[in-house]
Amino acid sequence: MNFKLHVWRQKNAAAKGRMEQYEARDINGDMSFLEMLDVVNEDLVEKGIDPIHFDHDCREGICGACSLVINGLPHGGMTGTTCEVRMRLFKDGSTIYIEPFRAKAFPVIKDLTVDRTSIDRVMQAGGFVSTHTGAATDANAILIPKDKAEEAMDAAACIGCGACVAACKNASGMLFVAAKVSQLALLPQGQAERERRVNKMVAQMDIEGFGNCTNYFECEAVCPKDISVKFIAKMNREYMRALVK
Amino acid sequence: MSTVQTQVSPAQAQVAFISSSIGKKIFQAITGLFLFLFVTGHMVGNLQIFLGQDQLNTYAQALKNLPALIWSVRILMFIFFAIHIWRGIQLYFENKFSRPISYVRNATVQAPLSSRTMIFSGAGILLYVVYHLLHFTFITTNPQYAGLHDTLGRHDVYSMIILGYQNIAISAVYLVAMFFLCYHLSHAIPSFMQTIGINNQKWEPRLKVLGYLIAVVIFFGYSVIPAAVLSNFIVLPEGVH
Ligand code: FES
Repeated sequence: MNFKLHVWRQKNAAAKGRMEQYEARDINGDMSFLEMLDVVNEDLVEKGIDPIHFDHDCREGICGACSLVINGLPHGGMTGTTCEVRMRLFKDGSTIYIEPFRAKAFPVIKDLTVDRTSIDRVMQAGGFVSTHTGAATDANAILIPKDKAEEAMDAAACIGCGACVAACKNASGMLFVAAKVSQLALLPQGQAERERRVNKMVAQMDIEGFGNCTNYFECEAVCPKDISVKFIAKMNREYMRALVK
Repeated sequence: MSTVQTQVSPAQAQVAFISSSIGKKIFQAITGLFLFLFVTGHMVGNLQIFLGQDQLNTYAQALKNLPALIWSVRILMFIFFAIHIWRGIQLYFENKFSRPISYVRNATVQAPLSSRTMIFSGAGILLYVVYHLLHFTFITTNPQYAGLHDTLGRHDVYSMIILGYQNIAISAVYLVAMFFLCYHLSHAIPSFMQTIGINNQKWEPRLKVLGYLIAVVIFFGYSVIPAAVLSNFIVLPEGVH
């Protein structure tokens, strides 16, 4: 398969970037999107051109390192992450636009690589439970109803890739923060710090410069882990609860 | 990283709440709710035109005789309207600045156009409200209405409305404005529920439908009046022209 690529190139954080055109030739349809970029990069290196920088790690949809906005949608708007997207899903000979996740809270480092430490700082602000270290407690010492455990797991499926921010017309980080807040609020282990957690995580989210949620639900539509916007409603409830608590 | 933080005081928490991203949403939702209640009440009041001249003028006179009520509602509505507009504009710009460099290629999966144009439908409603107040409340644009009185000597609101909507241009502007209102509400209603936390996966599609239904009811509830006037279903009382 052959593709025409329009790729965002930017030397460094301070430089002004622009779209460049490249050809992707003789691509196997079973290659992942990242493998396609690897092929293009090999070609660029041979020609003495700086290869395209992009984030990746596990390449199996579990780490959340890969990003990319493909034809206007994070992770291409398909099921799963960019590393899971196969080239056969694109039409042979088509033109593909590749841009970095764009948000004030995600400044570009180089080309398609963006700095997503803002979401780490939101986690540091409250996305944890305090517990003693030492001998492991017995499994099932704390009983959790099945439905609560399932719901908490649905929220915990978030891999923190930031696609929700990239998809949101307001670059809001609410789906991510809501998933983390909800996951811990649903479990007994998260009760002790429940109010403090939502207050701190929301405060940190606002400091980082994410936009405000206006309920477009674009985040939910592109989330590779299918996190529901019901968790944003839950976070709103948690936040109001923390105010009167 | 951070030093050990003590609990925030309730006063600090309240200030933080109002200026936080979630607090702003909730403010927008609550002020919007009051505006929506006003719009609904106003519609029910208007629909009395179908009960005849006497009923509508009696109702108008009754409101006039309760200046304390009228003025407290007016002042409250002015405050809610002002906050809603000011916050809306603020949110619009904050959200624009949250993505300093926009995408070359943009795509939308499920956000309806109404949700992405709230600032514009809102601006349309604001413009109309200003005109509407000048037209019917302060009677600035058509001063001849001030001289309309019914046989009991009351201000003849009934004839004023009919005279107003017999003008095709005024009716057309009215219909466009009601469309903006309906469009705004179709996103506002489900959005309100989500913001105040009444939503889950089962209710999300239902709330969307509910939003559309209420918006359409409001649209027809208002638009039926110029339609009835233009189709001569309701006509001017004898002797008024
Ligand atoms: S590289 Fe780990 S999720 Fe894509």
